[in-house]
Amino acid sequence: MYEIRIHSRGGQGGVTAARLLALAASRDGKYATACPFYGAERRGAPVVSFVRIDEEPIRVYSQIRRPDLVVVLDASIMDVVDVLQGLKSDGLVLVNSTHAWNGNRHAGRHVDLTGIALSLDLVVAGSPIVNTPMLGAIAKMGIVSLDSVRDAIAETFADDRNVNAAEAAYRELVV
Amino acid sequence: MLTLATGNKAVAAAVKEARPLVIAAYPITPQTEIVEQIAEYVAAGELSSQYIPVESEHSAMAACIGASVTGGRTFTATSSHGLLYMHEMVHWAAGARLPIVMANVNRSVGPGWNVWAEHTDAFSQRDTGWLQVFVSTVQEAYDATLMAFKIAEHEGVLLPVMVNLDGFTLSHIMQSLETVEIGDFLPPMHLPHAIDVEQPCAYGPLTGPADYFKFRWDIERSMRDAPGVIAEVEREFGERFGRRYGPTEDYRCEDADILVIALGTLGKEAEVAVDLLRAEGVKAGSMRLRWFRPFPDLDLRGRDVVVIDRDYSFGFGGVLAHSIRSKTGVEPFSVIAGLGGQEVTYDDIADFVRMHTPGTEYWFGVNGHV
Repeated sequence: MYEIRIHSRGGQGGVTAARLLALAASRDGKYATACPFYGAERRGAPVVSFVRIDEEPIRVYSQIRRPDLVVVLDASIMDVVDVLQGLKSDGLVLVNSTHAWNGNRHAGRHVDLTGIALSLDLVVAGSPIVNTPMLGAIAKMGIVSLDSVRDAIAETFADDRNVNAAEAAYRELVV
Repeated sequence: MLTLATGNKAVAAAVKEARPLVIAAYPITPQTEIVEQIAEYVAAGELSSQYIPVESEHSAMAACIGASVTGGRTFTATSSHGLLYMHEMVHWAAGARLPIVMANVNRSVGPGWNVWAEHTDAFSQRDTGWLQVFVSTVQEAYDATLMAFKIAEHEGVLLPVMVNLDGFTLSHIMQSLETVEIGDFLPPMHLPHAIDVEQPCAYGPLTGPADYFKFRWDIERSMRDAPGVIAEVEREFGERFGRRYGPTEDYRCEDADILVIALGTLGKEAEVAVDLLRAEGVKAGSMRLRWFRPFPDLDLRGRDVVVIDRDYSFGFGGVLAHSIRSKTGVEPFSVIAGLGGQEVTYDDIADFVRMHTPGTEYWFGVNGHV
C-alpha cells in the first residue's frame, strides 16, 4: 500500500487534490481511497487529507501515520506544522516552491505549482489553483500515470487549463 | 459502471436507481451530501421523485409516512440530532408497517457539540421496530441501500429499514463504486394495506388492548421472519450482481481462537489487526456484524470474544457487548472506543485483543478507573 499525506490550507483544494489523485489511481486499475480529515477547518488554516493506493481493496480507515509521500501545497505551513511527522525513512517530500528544499535526510522534490497556475491564469477568487498541477508532479514521480491524471481532471473540471497545468508540472518537476 | 464516490454519494446513487415516489428530507451534517445529491438528480430531471424539502426531520418522516401509506416508495436520510428529533415518527413508521428506507449517517449526540462517527444515534432507535444494517465500505453503502428497499417491501417483512454508515469515516471518503442497473430485482412496491386516496375513509382509529397487542406481536413475527428474507434477498443480489453479503462478514474466523466483533468501519479496520496478530501467531478473526436488528444468531461457543462498542448505555454498558453476551452466553471483553469520532487504528484494535480479559470493560484512551 502506498500512503500519501497532503498538507494544504483550508480553501486551497487539498481535499479535491486527494479525490482527484484517488480517481487517477483507480483509472490506473488500482484500489484507492481519499480520506479528508474533517476538523474545525477555516479558510487559511492548515489541513491534511490522505490518499491510499493499493493493488488490493483497502480496509484501513484511520489516518495515515507513516506516509510514503508527503505533499505540501503551501510551503509556509512547514513553519507551523511538522510535515515530516511519521514519514518513512525512505519516504519522499514534494513541496510547492520556487526553490529547492532540503528535507533533512528525506528526499525532497520541489516544483513551482503556484507559478504554473499564475502563468496559465488559473486563478479562482484570487487564489492560484495548485491542486490540479500537483497531480502532474505526482504522475512524474511515477505514482499514477499522466493519462489517468488527465482523465481524472477532465472528468471533474471543464476548464482545459487544469489539464494544461498538470502537464506543465509534469514537465517541470525534476526527478 | 465503475466510478469513485463518497459513502454519501453512493447512497444517493442507490436511491436514484430505486426511484422512490417521494423523498422528504432535512439536511444535517454529515448526511447533507446525500439529500443534496438527490435534489440535484431531481432538479436535473434524472430522477422523477417528488422531493419535499421539509422544515424538520420530524416532518421528513411524517411526509414519508403519508406517502408510504398510499403505497409509494419513500426515502429519507438523517443523522444524530435529526434522527432523535424524528423519534416519534420513527416508531410510527414501523407500527404502521410502512417499508420506508432511511440512511442514517452515524454521528455522536451533543453536547459537547461533535459531528463525528458514533453509533449512539442508531441504537437510540433500537426498539422502534426498524431493521438496522451497518455498512463498512462505499460499495456496501450502495448495495445495502438497494437491498433495503426490497427487504422492507417484502410481504413477509413490511417494516422500515435503516442503513447505517459511519459519519465522515465512510460518508465523506472516496472509494471505488460499481453501480448496477437494478432491473426487476426491485419490482414496483406493493403495499397490501395501502389507502386509496380516491376513496377517502377514516384511518387509524383508537385501538383497544386486544388488537394493539396483536399488532405488536405481528411486528415481532415479521422481525423473526426477516432473517430468512434478508438471506434470500442477499443471495439473489449476489447471483445477479456478484457481490455477496450475510448477517456478518467473517474474516479468518474458521480456525480463530479469538474474535473481534465490531460494526461499520471499525469492523473493516479490525481485519488488518487480525493480519498483524496472525503474523505474531495469535489465531484471531474478525466478525463484522452487519445486521443489528433483527439480531442474528451467532455461534461463538469455545471462542474468546472482544467486542468494540462505538456507543454506551450509561449505567449499563456497551450495547453491542451486552447484546452479544445475552444472545450467545459468551462473556466478552468489552471495549468502548471511537466515541465522538475518536481515532482507532488497526494497531489499537490489535492491542485490544492482546489485552483480552473476559467480563471486564475497557474505555480506550481513558486511564485508571474501569
